[in-house]
Amino acid sequence: MFMPSLQSSPARAFQPARIATHSTEAIAPIRVSHLDVFYRDLHALEDISVAVKPGKLTGIVGPNGAGKSTLMKAMLGLIPAAQGEVSWGRESLLAQRERLAYLPQRAQIDWRYPATAWDVVMMGRVRKSGWLRKFSSTSKHAAKAALKRVGMEEFAYRPIGQLSGGQQQRIFLARALAQEADVLFLDEPLTGVDKKTEAVLFDILHELADEGKVVLAVHHDLGPTIKNFDEVILLNREVISSGVRDEVLQSEFMQRAYGGWVGAAA
Amino acid sequence: MINLLIEPLQFEFMQRSLIVAILVGLICAVVGSYLLVQRLALLGDAISHSVLPGLAIAYWAGINLFVGAFLSGMLGTTIIAWIRTKSPIKEDAAMGIVLSTFFAAGVTLITLIQKDNKIDLNHFLFGNILGVTWGDVRDTAIIAIIVTLVVRLLYKELLFYTFDPEGAQVAGLPVNALNFGLMSLISLTVVASLKAVGVVLVLALLITPGATAYLLVNRLNQVMALGAGIGILSSISGMYLSYWVNLPSGPAIALVASGFFTLAFLFSPQYGLLTQRRSALR
Repeated sequence: MFMPSLQSSPARAFQPARIATHSTEAIAPIRVSHLDVFYRDLHALEDISVAVKPGKLTGIVGPNGAGKSTLMKAMLGLIPAAQGEVSWGRESLLAQRERLAYLPQRAQIDWRYPATAWDVVMMGRVRKSGWLRKFSSTSKHAAKAALKRVGMEEFAYRPIGQLSGGQQQRIFLARALAQEADVLFLDEPLTGVDKKTEAVLFDILHELADEGKVVLAVHHDLGPTIKNFDEVILLNREVISSGVRDEVLQSEFMQRAYGGWVGAAA
Repeated sequence: MINLLIEPLQFEFMQRSLIVAILVGLICAVVGSYLLVQRLALLGDAISHSVLPGLAIAYWAGINLFVGAFLSGMLGTTIIAWIRTKSPIKEDAAMGIVLSTFFAAGVTLITLIQKDNKIDLNHFLFGNILGVTWGDVRDTAIIAIIVTLVVRLLYKELLFYTFDPEGAQVAGLPVNALNFGLMSLISLTVVASLKAVGVVLVLALLITPGATAYLLVNRLNQVMALGAGIGILSSISGMYLSYWVNLPSGPAIALVASGFFTLAFLFSPQYGLLTQRRSALR
């Protein structure tokens, strides 16, 4: 069920029915409790407890080395946690992987890989298709709709290496849309991205949040783009503060996260 | 001219080795494409050198050589992964250590059993078209069928995994199993290629045809298909060269493959040194 035309405010009216097709209950918040992560001897994350709410656009913010990406990767099971758990509804988050989508940092991808934009978007349909099966026409439709939604339908057959950074990021977003996931994690999605992509990206993330999904992004920049987030998790190896954006970004918390002078500038 | 091609075919050994050459050219390029896109070319080298001790032990114990070589290759890969995860040593160093250790052990073992048996170390290292039996043809064909079937059936999963392993893991693909499967395919392919190209030069068939195709086309399935064509052409030409010039077949095949690569490197429409459009380089 993929209907790009049903977005923004009218979509809210359909929300309960739409969610009911996925599961019997509304989408629950993701709860991180007492999470500890070590890199060898370094205590990278200490006793992290935080909730990421559905229906909101949540940003993880903090200085370099604060463990922003580490927190995201630990939640996704890409880095082992020494302690703690991440639950979503009645089960652990990782028991529900087919409902998760992840946009890695751009630097982690080899953009000279021999694949077209279409190939990448179709990766979002691999899990839904199942083993030993070809992609169904439903999958192809979902991929086409996703490409259209990010404004990249003309570039479907372009090798990914020949796209700009912003276009590459939109292709990855289309992959997540094609996956029809209920949880979307993005690691620094604005790195190397043009203004147009930035606008498309936040439009779509807001739409997804409005549909009741959980959207979490590691965000590097304390400039005007921070205004796009509803909620913020302010991190510096531990959670300094979390909740509604403007409450979290007060100078007292910012000073604790960044040290005095950076906090004042923000 | 035609005679140059027809004459060798009257010998049965040449028929057998040509069949093996075609199969090996095909599967090496297909499997090698995965090494290429994952930037793991050296792993192909490490696995191919790792099979040598298993080969020697199997020969000495009278077990099927393919089985011994396969187990030995998988052991080598496992040790590389083990060193990498359990110590601060990086993957390339781990591969270097395992490659040289297994190779040294293999050469030692073969030298020891050479005294009592009529085997020649050079045949293992550089390939020996004269030594291909109908049993080898059968075993190679079985491996070729397994490899092409698995790649075909798992194509979409392996594409996702090799392009974006973390994305694939998050989406719920069993990435460890996929990686193990890929390593098994590479070991099987190396084992099947030993008679034709030998341990030292398997890498030429694993990497060079795929790399040549990579300069010419833009999707993984195209890299595999074109690479397979180039691989087959290289190994057939290499076999003939080996027959007429009396070269070991491995070096002959490797040199032909390198020749094709050089052509693509110079004249590829997209990336060729002499033909590229400036805009294609980013």
